[in-house]
This record gives sequence, C-alpha cells and structure tokens, in this order.
Amino acid sequence: MKFSTYDPGEFYDELFEGIGRPRRGSALLLRKFASLPDGELRKRQQAAERVILNMGMTFGVYGGDEGHEQIFPFDIVPRIVEAPDWTLIDTGLRQRLRALNLFIDDVYHEQKILKDNVIPSELIYSSKGFLKACWGLNPPRGIWCHIAGIDLVRISDGRYYVLEDNMRCPSGVAYVLEARQVMKRTFPELFEAYRVRPVDEYPSRLLETLRSLSDLPDPTIVILTPGSYNSAYYEHSLLAQKMGLELVEAGDLVVIDGSVHMRTTKGFQRVDVIYRRINDEYLDPLVFRPDSLLGIPGVMEAYKNGRVAIANAPGTGVADDKAIYAYVPKIINYYLAEEPILPNVPTYVCWERRDRDYTLEHLNQLVVKATNDAGGYGMMIGPQASQQEREDCARRIQADPRNYIAQPTLALSRSPTLVEDHIEGRHVDLRPYVLQGKGLYVLPGGMTRVALKKGSLVVNSSQGGGNKDTWVLS
Amino acid sequence: MLSRVASSIYWVNRYIERAENYARFIEVNLNLSLDLPRGTIEQWEPLVATTGDHEMFVARYGKATKETVLHFLVADAENPNSILSCLLGARENARSVKEIISSEMWEQVNRFYLLVRDAVTRGMSHHDLHAFLADVKSASHLLWGITDATMSHGEGWHFARLGRLLERADKTSRILDVKYFILLPTADEVGTPFDIIQWSDLLKSASALEMYYKRYGRIAPDDVAAFLILEPTFPRAIRYCLIKAEDSLHTISGSERGSYQNVAEKRLGRLRAELDFVDIEDCVTRGLHEFVDHFQARLNQVGEAISETFFAPRRVHHTGSVTEEQ
Repeated sequence: MKFSTYDPGEFYDELFEGIGRPRRGSALLLRKFASLPDGELRKRQQAAERVILNMGMTFGVYGGDEGHEQIFPFDIVPRIVEAPDWTLIDTGLRQRLRALNLFIDDVYHEQKILKDNVIPSELIYSSKGFLKACWGLNPPRGIWCHIAGIDLVRISDGRYYVLEDNMRCPSGVAYVLEARQVMKRTFPELFEAYRVRPVDEYPSRLLETLRSLSDLPDPTIVILTPGSYNSAYYEHSLLAQKMGLELVEAGDLVVIDGSVHMRTTKGFQRVDVIYRRINDEYLDPLVFRPDSLLGIPGVMEAYKNGRVAIANAPGTGVADDKAIYAYVPKIINYYLAEEPILPNVPTYVCWERRDRDYTLEHLNQLVVKATNDAGGYGMMIGPQASQQEREDCARRIQADPRNYIAQPTLALSRSPTLVEDHIEGRHVDLRPYVLQGKGLYVLPGGMTRVALKKGSLVVNSSQGGGNKDTWVLS
Repeated sequence: MLSRVASSIYWVNRYIERAENYARFIEVNLNLSLDLPRGTIEQWEPLVATTGDHEMFVARYGKATKETVLHFLVADAENPNSILSCLLGARENARSVKEIISSEMWEQVNRFYLLVRDAVTRGMSHHDLHAFLADVKSASHLLWGITDATMSHGEGWHFARLGRLLERADKTSRILDVKYFILLPTADEVGTPFDIIQWSDLLKSASALEMYYKRYGRIAPDDVAAFLILEPTFPRAIRYCLIKAEDSLHTISGSERGSYQNVAEKRLGRLRAELDFVDIEDCVTRGLHEFVDHFQARLNQVGEAISETFFAPRRVHHTGSVTEEQ
C-alpha cells in the first residue's frame, strides 16, 4: 500500500500533516503499512473481524428487534495520540471533572453558584437529571461522578474541544479493552516497535474506585445491569468477568431491614456497593417511576441512610444535561478560578431567547441535540437534513425549548481508515474515561469512534459508526 | 451464587433435556407405528397424552394426526414445551449467564438452537425427521459433555446436573407411559410378538436396549419396567437420576446425605428412598400407569421446592437467617 498520494484535504488529519507526509508519531506505522505486500492489510482486517466475531463483541440497537445483536464494526488502522497532546487532554479532563464534581455537590447543598447568578437556577430545576431526592446528600468522599466518559473532537485548528460530558453511565470502555486485544494479535510487530501506553489496567482501577466507596475491608460490590437485552450488556458482562463481580439485575436485589441484599442460593447476601448501569429514573420505583419494572424498591432510602453506596451517585445526571454543558467553562472558572484547558464547542441553548432565535434562523447550518438523549438519538444535522426534517425540528424546539441545544456543524478531524485495500480519511471523535475515587485516574487511551461512511459526521455505533484502537504514545 | 443465575443454569438444562426427550417420544411413536400389525391405523393421540399437554393440543388443533402432533411437539412456538420453545428458552437462559458458563457451552447452546430453528423454518420430510431427531439427541449429549468437561464442578455445575436429571426422571417415566396409552389391536395381544416388539421399541427410545440385554437377556414387560424405573446404574433410569440429583442437592446445600436442611432435600430424599425400597411387583400391582402418575406428581413437588428454596428466597429475620415465607 502506498500513501504518498494520501490527501488530508481541508480537514485536520490525525496521522498526516500534509499530502503523503505523516506526522512524527505516525511515520513508523505508515512505513510499516507501506512495506506490507499488496492485499496484506485487507487480510489482516479480515482476520481481525474473525477474532471479533468469535469473541462475540456485539452491541444491541434500540428500536430494532428486541435483543438484536450486531457485530461491532472495527477498523485496524489505529488512531495515534502523541504524548504532548495526551498531556493536555489528561490535565484538561482532570480539571473538568474536579470542577463538575464540586458543581454537583454545590447544586445539592448550598447552591452558591445559583445564588451568584453564574447559572440560571431555572435551568437546574428544569433539568431531568436534577433529583430533589438527592438534596443534602453526602456521597462517600463527596464524590458524585466516579466514572465519566468525555467526548472530545478535534477540528481544523487542531485543538481538542469537549463535545459532551457523559456523566451518567458512559459505555464503550469494553470496546477499548477488546480493541487492544484484537490489535495486539493483528500487529504484534508494531507493539514491539511502538511504546503504546497500556489500557489493560482499567478493570483493576475501576475495582479500586468502587472499593473506595466503602469503608469495609472487603465490601461486596455488584454491577447492576438492565439485562441481556440492553445495548451495552456485552460490556456489563465483560466488566463483571474482569473484576470478578456479580452481574445482577434489579430483580436479584431486594431491600431488607434498610439494607440492600442479593438473592443467592444460600439466602440473602448484603451488598455494599452498586455499580449501576441503569439510569437514575429506573433505580427506585418508590421514588422515581412507579411504572418501572427495572428498579429496586427502597434502594434510595438505603442509599440516603448510607447503607449502600452507588456509582455514579444518583443525581449526577444534572451535569450530563446538554444545556448545562454550555455552562461548564463558567463552572470551571467559578470553582477553580482557572481557565478551561479543554474548551467547549460553541453551543446555543434554546432555552435562552437569543440563542433560540439564532438556532431557528440557522437550522440548515447547525446540529440540534436533545439535552437529555445520548447515543445520537434525537439529533438533527442541519446541512444534511431535508426541509421537512428541519421544519419538524423547529416545531419541536418551539414546543419545548428547554430540551434542545444547537452547535455548529463541526469539521471533525479525520483519521486514515482502511477502505478495501487503501486508506482514506474518515471523521473521528474520542471518548476518554475518567475514574474518581481516592484519586483521579484518566485511562491513557479511549474509544475512537469513526464514521465509516464517506463524508459522514455521525460516529455513533447505532448510526453506522465503527471503532478504532487509540494509541497514546509515551 | 445468585439465585437468578442458579435458576438460569438449572433451566437451560431442563429445557435441553426436555427437547432431547421430546425427540425420544416422537421416535418411540414412529417406531411403534412401523411395528404395528398391518391394517392397524397409526396412533398419534397417545403421544400427546404422554406429554401431559393433551388439553392444550385439543384446544389448538382438535384432531390428532401425524402432521398436527409433530407440529405441536416440534415446531409450535405457542406450545411452551415444544422442541423449538425449549431451545428458545434454553438459549435465553444461557444468554443471561454467559459470563458464568464457559464460552464453549454458550456456543453449543447457540448451535443447537440454530439447528432446530433452521429445521423448523425449512420443514422436514419423513426422512429428514429421523435425522433431525438423531441430531437433537446428539446435540443435547454434546452440550452435557461440554458442560462436564469445561465447567468447574462447583455449585453451578450441580444445578446444571440437578436440572438435567430431574427432567430426565420425569421424561423416562413418560416414555414408559407411552406403552400404557398405545392400544394394542386386541387385549389378547398382550404377550404376543407385537407386544414384545413394542417393549423393545420403548427401550430403544430410552437408548436402553443394549444395557437392558446385558442385565436381563430377554424382553419381558416387568423387566423392562424394572430396568427403566429401578436400575441404579443406568443413567436414564429413574432411580439413577434421583440418586445423582440428590447427590447434587446435598453438595449444593452442604448437608449430609441421610439428613435434610430444606424442603427440597426432604422431598427428594423421601422419593429416592421409596425407590430404594420398592420392587417391580409393588409397582405393577398398583398399576404401572398409576405408579408413574403418582411419581410425576411427587417429582413436581420436588421441583417446586427447589425453586422456592434456591431461586426465590423471600425474607430474612433480623438475625439474618433465612426462612421460607408462609
């Protein structure tokens, strides 16, 4: 394969700095690719796909057949992040998570930030992620968000921007772990030549984080999954295996005498920490949704009384609201008196009159997102939408402005991706993971999602996106 | 072990064993039909009666013909006990405990399901049907072999074996019952060559013919019944199933044999002890069908007790000890 004619075009390219000119950290990789006989890359791609199939790496898609599984599309050309870039990301994420954690704690206690008019209080009270039931609560060590996945994008100026904060139940880390396994089998010689920072310690770091939620020497920790039909079940199951924890469903848990227990063949066993992979509103039907079959009646009461710890803490979702996201730079200023290291993408909060008017007038240029949806559901991409879709979107915004934000259509960076037997640029984003327990840990790597369709900007796996391994160089 | 997980492993095995035995039921009937005297019509109704789902069958199909009965027992997704439904149930249960069982087990359950699904979608000729029934039996045996060879013989494995053996005990008793429901052309035929052929067909369906010959040498109705009910070393015999199921149950609870800690152990222990101290004359005097009927009811109670004891613990006292909710 030759790459001398590879053209990054008008986009920032993750591996090339000019036509046929690799970046410093990518040169070795591309030379290696160039030295492979014709057809070899394709062969290795197919081999990698077979490995993935046998591993049973799947995800489910909502709205399709129940329990419909798909094999995760994977591209064997890695995305490389050079050490200085990573240092910036790492410090930027630490700063952001520290500030967000202080923000959540403040919102449920003194609300200084609202009293000082930095954020309109109505915006907080109208957030679906804000839970009155969490008012005045003190989660262990004052930590609310133990596991976060922050979506970053890079645009033409070469800078990283934060696109979304996933503070509820971010998924995808299983793909990071599995992608690395697949790549080690596919290009063992490259791992010898490169110094790629390892991602394999994530499960033990996560376990350590979960253990920090309890004062007991050997707490009983479980992972709570909605069940095998959930789109991220594969991940729940993999993490349970790698940490040696029980994978439980809500029906396995019951509150007895104020504490949470799991039903075992030997009777009830006390549970001390729950890593829940279900959203707040499905945690406890007594508190949130009486119609929910997914919850554990009484778990919130047990939680309030300190009888069980929950990660992420209920109520954390307030920081996941896409309208509140727009205020994160101010939140960082307010709590840390620092400038944000990783800037936000310019965001129009439709709840604010001026922003709404601007959004409605520029729908053909903007991406509109629902403030509480994840995974690319409820998203409208102005430049690609039909007139009809834009009009529907405008109506939805007018009917419920609080529920929408808009952002410019970003020229996401591209990364070379294998197409048949050569490489072409495809748009990518990056989701690194941050753990907060006794300390802060940023996984050196993350999920690089790639829009496999030519020209597409949508990287969500539910919408035709694929995955790449992310190599952070040391 | 989580109750739900134990229950799923147990049910994967019950469903698979059930599917295997439905294949055996159909086989015995096909063989019996072939061996009926010329001019006698095939009997399919008795087969449905044997499964215990006669009412459901009549409501859904009315008349029992070869076609309707085969569809009901193999391909009917509305019949919760059809081979197809069993595989669906087994696969769903296995899927929800994928992180507990070995990947080889999961793959075999999946392959087994695809085998049945494809056969049902494709439809089967008479010739295909025989091959299909043989495939179902060996797919089931293969899964058990894989389970035995790739899963730690701990609690989960014992729940697997418990499910297998309780289901098998029930189904062997039903295979025996087919003979009761199948009508001989006339009452005089008892003890005739036809009768003898039918008893040996029965043994064949339980994969018991060779082992039976080694034990008794020639076919006699009482000996066949004795072999399938009381033989302690033949793995499809009811008594064998109960002995090993009881072993598993005691291993799970950690209690001594000869004692009991819970209702499941108590009921299974009594049922097994009864078979230890009965001979075939006792069974036949009461009527073999009545014996089998009574046995099935008792075995159901064992199943209920297992479910209450292990899969649905309900509340604890303040001391933390577990009690059954009354």
